[in-house]
Amino acid sequence: MIIKNKAVVSDDWTVLRLAENETAEAVFVPAGKIIVPLKVWQAQRAALQTRTDLGVWLNSDERPEVLQGEVEKFAVIAVNFPRFADGRGYSIAYNLRARLGYRGELRAIGDVLRDQLFYMQRVGFDAFAVRADKNIHDALKGLSDFSELYQTSWDQKLPLFRRVQRESVVE
Amino acid sequence: MYRYDKYDQQIVNERVAQYSDQVRRRLSGELAEDEFRPLRLQNGLYMQIHAYMLRVAVPYGLISSKQMRMFAHIARKYDRGYGHFTTRQNIQFNWLKLEDTPAILADLASVEMHGIQTSGNCIRNISSDEFAGVAADEIVDPRPYAEILRQWSTFHPEFAFLPRKFKIAITGAVTDRAAIQVHDIGLEVLKNAHGEIGFRVLVGGGLGRTPIIGSEIQDFLPWQHMMSYIEAIMRVYNQYGRRDNIYKARIKILVKALGAAEFKRQVDAEWTDIKDGPSTLTVEELRRVQQYFTAPAYEKFSGNDPTVDALKNENKAFANWLQRNVKPHKIPGYAAVVLSLKKTAIAPGDASDEQMDAAADLADRFSFGELRITHMQNLVLADVKQADLFTLWKIAAAQGMATPNIGLLSDIICCPGGDFCTLANARSIPLARAISERFESLDFQHDIGEIEINMSGCMNSCGHNHVGHIGVLGVDKQDGGEWYQISLGGDQGNKSAIGKVIGPSFTFQQVPEVIDRLLHVYVRERIEEEKLIDTVRRVGLTPFKEYVYATPVEPDAKLDDEAYGLLKDQNSVAASYAVPYFTPRF
Repeated sequence: MIIKNKAVVSDDWTVLRLAENETAEAVFVPAGKIIVPLKVWQAQRAALQTRTDLGVWLNSDERPEVLQGEVEKFAVIAVNFPRFADGRGYSIAYNLRARLGYRGELRAIGDVLRDQLFYMQRVGFDAFAVRADKNIHDALKGLSDFSELYQTSWDQKLPLFRRVQRESVVE
Repeated sequence: MYRYDKYDQQIVNERVAQYSDQVRRRLSGELAEDEFRPLRLQNGLYMQIHAYMLRVAVPYGLISSKQMRMFAHIARKYDRGYGHFTTRQNIQFNWLKLEDTPAILADLASVEMHGIQTSGNCIRNISSDEFAGVAADEIVDPRPYAEILRQWSTFHPEFAFLPRKFKIAITGAVTDRAAIQVHDIGLEVLKNAHGEIGFRVLVGGGLGRTPIIGSEIQDFLPWQHMMSYIEAIMRVYNQYGRRDNIYKARIKILVKALGAAEFKRQVDAEWTDIKDGPSTLTVEELRRVQQYFTAPAYEKFSGNDPTVDALKNENKAFANWLQRNVKPHKIPGYAAVVLSLKKTAIAPGDASDEQMDAAADLADRFSFGELRITHMQNLVLADVKQADLFTLWKIAAAQGMATPNIGLLSDIICCPGGDFCTLANARSIPLARAISERFESLDFQHDIGEIEINMSGCMNSCGHNHVGHIGVLGVDKQDGGEWYQISLGGDQGNKSAIGKVIGPSFTFQQVPEVIDRLLHVYVRERIEEEKLIDTVRRVGLTPFKEYVYATPVEPDAKLDDEAYGLLKDQNSVAASYAVPYFTPRF
């Protein structure tokens, strides 16, 4: 189960993670819906690029720019949060959307928890693979913690001061 | 001052609801302490040695009398009758229970206050000049820009989990009272030759274990681009700042590693995409915010109040207070008053609930209902009629807030230290007390003149030891004892400089004598009206070092007394830690 478009839905994608003894060049990528590590995509591009059911995931220390010009090949792009306090994934997501123009599903994977979902959806994530030991229905509530936003991000293109007529009450 | 509209209020109210639920989940065990820690920290809540500590944001140090009374109320109801004003112009409450914190934040929200982003690896509360709006040397009032940045940085989704904490300071005056050279980002609002307003942007300054003066990456950034440019800086830092070592994670390390020119190039590349976008500040929004910071209804006077001089000649104590604690004002007939929170034997920056209520009353009666908190840990009443000074002085004196020591030896900057903080190597508050007592004579202090002694209990330098004329730093030694390193020649403001360590460290009981020896050399070497820092600049460290280390420094046996010992508290219930509280962080 994942959260997608603000609802809990079943999910048939598999995330491929390399075991210690596996290499990006040699690992076998099974058929079916699979999200491969960026390194596997780069190593096996020739074999993988004809597949229509392929996703790719970036770790927090990898750069989204390396996917320049090819983001639309993927049905899913995922960003891994090794620890929820590693905030690089937020800028990666923002840049995938804003600078690389990716419009498909952008999924947060790894240490994905309720109290970070609000920020994650703001920078462009629309799918969340909540950590398996957490209650995903409870986590869903995290998407609606706030109803007003001051600043722009991917979800809100105008800052509050351009969106509404703000009061100016001076005593 | 700025007042919340319905949007500001709604955002803060929703934060209280969100946080209350997080506390509920922590208490029920749904959230592990490791998961809860960053959440509570982003609401300013720390675990300390005895209890939870809450840091409340005072945006750019400006506060209303109503808000000050709420602090007094919180001190009475949830704490032990006092609060501690900090070098970042905030207030901390030291003796709280986790269960009470949602109610405290709800109380704060009722007076337009919060603890949002006062801790954690995010953009912290923005600090500024305590004399903003009234200083005679002000070019541009920085407060509207500080408020606009407060809103922009509040819950910024992309920058809540940075490599490390991030502090922005802003000034708009000739004299820098906001220490912009030692902040992650320092902004100076200024006017160019055409009278247009913009910012000088410094980046990568800081104290801590690697003290560095910030590098200029913009000499004039037009005001409209303030938010988009800072967003570009943050995006570069968030992606490339080090995360492998907490001590190398601040932006200063990144700027140093890349070089300021390369860092600026990367920022400019990020900025190209967002420059002139929707985050560009509009004239309308700037005007809306500026109208909250217009001048109050001053009375018209032709010059200085004539009665003050007469009272000064009759009353030495009043004259001392005028000389030290009353600052010039740009409006004739007015003055800015500093209420000292540095009375001998009181922890620097501490104020009781009664003092907070009294300060609020003074603000209502004499200063248009507003106060400021200074980075020197005192309070300011910024708009006082000179004709009211004598009456105000008597009331402040009765409350213990008129010690005439602003800028003098006993106006010590000091962190909470080993009595409260889990990070500290050594105590600070009892040492500040020992120093204040040793040099208690005000005549002596006035003779020594302007001097800044800054003290921190550990490398994190919350007491700004690097930029003290005399810096005192609690250091970690293998023997587990308390040792203090003494530095000399630091300075803040326009002439910011990092002090140099004079030699091997000293014990708690030796430090007051070491200060005495430093002052002895100063008195011997000074010429005319020279301040200590100027003497140090002129003669260098050598004469000071030679004299301090010439003969063994006898420890002061009086300081073995229990009164200077570690704060012991039989009645306090230590915070329930899921991790040992002496682990490196928070």
